[in-house]
Amino acid sequence: MSRFSMLGWPVFRQTKSKDKYGRGPSVESPKYENMRPRTEDADDVVQSVCPYCAVGCGQRIYVKDNEVIHIEGDPDSPISRGRLCPKGAASEQLVNTPSRQKTVLYRAPRATDWEEIELEKAMDMIADRFLEARENHWEDYDEEGTPVNRTMGIASLGGATIDNEENYLIKKLFSAAGAVQIENQARI
Amino acid sequence: MANADLILIQGSNMAECHPVGFQWVTEAKQRGAKVIHVDPRFTRTSAVADKHITIRAGSDIVLLGALINHMIENDLWFKDYVTHYTNAAHIISEGFAGPEDLDGLFSGYDDELQGYNNETWQYEEDPDAADGIAKDMTLQHPRSVFQILRRHYSRYTPEAVEDMAGISQKDFKYLADAFAENSTRDRTTCIAYALGWTQHSMGAQFIRTSAVLQLLMGNMGRPGGGIMALRGHATIQGSTDIPTLFNLLPGYLPFPVAGKHDTLQDYFDESFPQDQKGFWHNGDAYMISLLKAWFGDAATAENDYAYHYLPRLTGAHGTYQTLMRMFDKGVDGYFVLGQNPAVGSANGRMQRMGMANLKWMVVRDFQQIETATWWRDGPEIQSGELKTEEIDTEVFFMPAANHTEKAGTFTQTQRLVQWRHQAVTPPGDARSELEFFHDLGKRLRERLQDSTDPRDRPLLDMTWDYPVDEHGEPDAEAVMKEINGFYTTGPDAGKPLDNFNQMKTDGSTAGGCWIYAGVYAGGVNRAALRVPGDKQDEMAQKWAWAWPANRRILYNRASADLDGKPWSERKKLVWWDEDATKWVGHDTPDFPIDRAPNAKSEKGVFGPDALSGDDPFIMQTDGKGWLFAPMGMKDGPLPTHYEPAESPVSNTMYPQQESPSRLLITAEGNQLAPASGNPGSEVYPHVFTTYRLTEHHTAGGMSRFLPYLSELQPEMFCEVSEELAEEYGLESYGWATIISPRGAIEARVLVTQRMKPVRAGGKTIHQIGLPYHWGVGKEALITGDGANDLLGMTLDPNVFIQSAKAVACAIQPGRRPRGEALVEFVNEYRERAGITEMTGQSRLTYERDPETMEIAEPPTLSEPEHHEGDKLV
Repeated sequence: MSRFSMLGWPVFRQTKSKDKYGRGPSVESPKYENMRPRTEDADDVVQSVCPYCAVGCGQRIYVKDNEVIHIEGDPDSPISRGRLCPKGAASEQLVNTPSRQKTVLYRAPRATDWEEIELEKAMDMIADRFLEARENHWEDYDEEGTPVNRTMGIASLGGATIDNEENYLIKKLFSAAGAVQIENQARI
Repeated sequence: MANADLILIQGSNMAECHPVGFQWVTEAKQRGAKVIHVDPRFTRTSAVADKHITIRAGSDIVLLGALINHMIENDLWFKDYVTHYTNAAHIISEGFAGPEDLDGLFSGYDDELQGYNNETWQYEEDPDAADGIAKDMTLQHPRSVFQILRRHYSRYTPEAVEDMAGISQKDFKYLADAFAENSTRDRTTCIAYALGWTQHSMGAQFIRTSAVLQLLMGNMGRPGGGIMALRGHATIQGSTDIPTLFNLLPGYLPFPVAGKHDTLQDYFDESFPQDQKGFWHNGDAYMISLLKAWFGDAATAENDYAYHYLPRLTGAHGTYQTLMRMFDKGVDGYFVLGQNPAVGSANGRMQRMGMANLKWMVVRDFQQIETATWWRDGPEIQSGELKTEEIDTEVFFMPAANHTEKAGTFTQTQRLVQWRHQAVTPPGDARSELEFFHDLGKRLRERLQDSTDPRDRPLLDMTWDYPVDEHGEPDAEAVMKEINGFYTTGPDAGKPLDNFNQMKTDGSTAGGCWIYAGVYAGGVNRAALRVPGDKQDEMAQKWAWAWPANRRILYNRASADLDGKPWSERKKLVWWDEDATKWVGHDTPDFPIDRAPNAKSEKGVFGPDALSGDDPFIMQTDGKGWLFAPMGMKDGPLPTHYEPAESPVSNTMYPQQESPSRLLITAEGNQLAPASGNPGSEVYPHVFTTYRLTEHHTAGGMSRFLPYLSELQPEMFCEVSEELAEEYGLESYGWATIISPRGAIEARVLVTQRMKPVRAGGKTIHQIGLPYHWGVGKEALITGDGANDLLGMTLDPNVFIQSAKAVACAIQPGRRPRGEALVEFVNEYRERAGITEMTGQSRLTYERDPETMEIAEPPTLSEPEHHEGDKLV
């Protein structure tokens, strides 16, 4: 540590540089001068919406090399005026946290652990099981003999955290397949 | 909200659960508004409110009903508005009887129906009236809605509020005065609620009571008025509009029911009667456009637009009914999409045990949430109730793309549809739901392509050719265009619709969700409009798009008086422009644009054309706001106070303890505690209420895996009053075990003055606060016992939502037992209370004459019992 010097005393520096509020030259340093926001290197900034609650705060997503490097509030939004709550402010971690599961996992009947399987294989297995379950619990008529044309073998839960366009395809596909037990968080 | 003069927040902790939205409450306050918070807990919302009023959880109808009574008896209601814009003047049929006449029931109760037949709740007919409804514009007729309302709420007095809700008469007066002062031509009151109202077995009626009050005070359709539903998920509104819900088709069209909607004509006749007013009259065009959007060329006039392709309902097929089917091996496969029912749904143990009965499940999420790992790490593995090596369920974990990795829209809580641009492509195997389901649909169709089975036609005939990018991701904008709707034939074939009035019944238009028609008008993605807020007026109509027709305030014709002039300069929103002969204003008028305020409907004219100039509620069959609901509510035309299931308080309002039409699920594992007055009720003497924290999201799937949020709010806890802590020897930072008939959980103790015991029904009631974000597993950064394991499944009969905000429990200091001892511990409490599967399962509190519905042996309503400082035996 350097020896104490009156010249380094903050009040002295502030008075000498006529920096009345201590927010000007008296608090600047080479380190400060060279600091750059990480958003400066972004290739792109896109407008988005916070994925947590239903206030619908605007987000700006900063991207570099196909990676999200920063997320902040969008000051243009008339709803949020640039603000985010702790969850919205933490949403960069939602994207980049190391524990995020990026590969398909499969747990066989009675197995004690996961195994990794190929995405293609998993999709085929799910499609096969979908048709089998549909068949197993197909109902042409109800107890009164009225046509119902449905299957009770498949159910789905979820929709409040995903997009309108996605909910639309889910409802359309399941209804066309005869599956009626489609639900989401709005019921809870 | 910023324009309100009084904001009443009840059933919501807005400052903590919607912190950024709360800036508009703060803004209103800075402009001079008063804020009142009514809640069982003192929270950060209370801290910045002008006043906090502690209420006993579940007694909201008593308080709101007393406000209605106060406004009527003191002549404080908005006369011009009520007389002309609501159904106050309508006369109800002679057969109608209410709880005043029938010891707590409405006419039409049928125990076999497990609810009501609403025949006697209908309007009296008047063949001379243009709309066929008998009215008395003086509101004096004894069977007018206004007089029925007056009689019904006459017993909702300040004394009743004090006795049942635990609110002093002084506090009630403060609230009533503030409400009356701020509900005038010049001033408006806004009510905000959240899950504190919905998660009750009478949740829909809580909200109805606030609607009755807001109509009575003339606060609907006006700036700074209305009722704000503060919803908790990014597009929980969108997933209701474009519903992944069993009972609805997109745009709130009913899902067809067997026996009621067998043909398309049956469906129209039952759903959209053609002899009534309003825009539901055009439901046939909306439905045919939907069928055209789904089934394209296969939907023709000859085959009733392939209506027979849709499956049929035969009752409630909600998530809790589906769970019960799992136990009967009636469900093979279960898709779970961005939701965590092992933690987030009521009765967590049964949720997990139900999943152990599936053949397979697909979990799509970002992280290995508890719903993906219950077979290895769940509480039932620890208690020995399930053994991993014996569970046959196959589990697929399919990684999901997040909000930055796909384009699409969320609909936020004010119906605003906002587009998100894609920022990056998803990593590894992660995919959007759009790609997953598009791909799954393609694979199903490939496997069935040679099928001649008629049941496969809907899958093979549905339109599924969405353009995809080089990664296989379908174009979300193409899906949006289909949702918006387009012309199918003629010179404009393929051109997007501008609005839902362009939808036709002849198959010449297609449209996936009529209320979203216009979001893609002119081929422009209006959800992506982004004119900055400071570059436009307060309505911000150029920021995204609100359904319907980019209206920001619904029913806004009510913001003007009978002559079409604003009620006051201060509360101006839309008005009739005499010169232009149309409605104009700051918002898109929510009314036929050229219908003059003095226009009168004529006999024999129906639908939107039949709306008179004074019919602001254009979706209602009579154009009026409903103080009394002749239909639409399964549990009564007027909100009535009943106690929650397993309440420790006796209902002193009526000799009917609980709602007679609540939906019960009778099953091992879902037992109820005995209600007040029954032996064993003292075993579960307290009430807990679940809630959320700022730093967490629902069941934690998007928060307990994130380092920042986990560090900010690391551990499950319970909030208890100093009085309760002293009674049981609970210490802050120590442990407590909370026990219900469904389970027992442990939590760190937070002793706080924010929780106060309330006096109700002559007893001291201790309320315990429980956040519900934690779950048992090994993958999340932070884990803990789940509050929802304590919940039972007792549901609202209108919307099938469970009661989660006022539930009976016991508490004791220390940690819960481990392993098998936990099961024995819960059983021991149940046995002590004498609980069987049938406890709390009878709908009627007293036996009644099946003809008259009168109580066979009328009870003597004794003075409320006094149990000062109840203790566990």
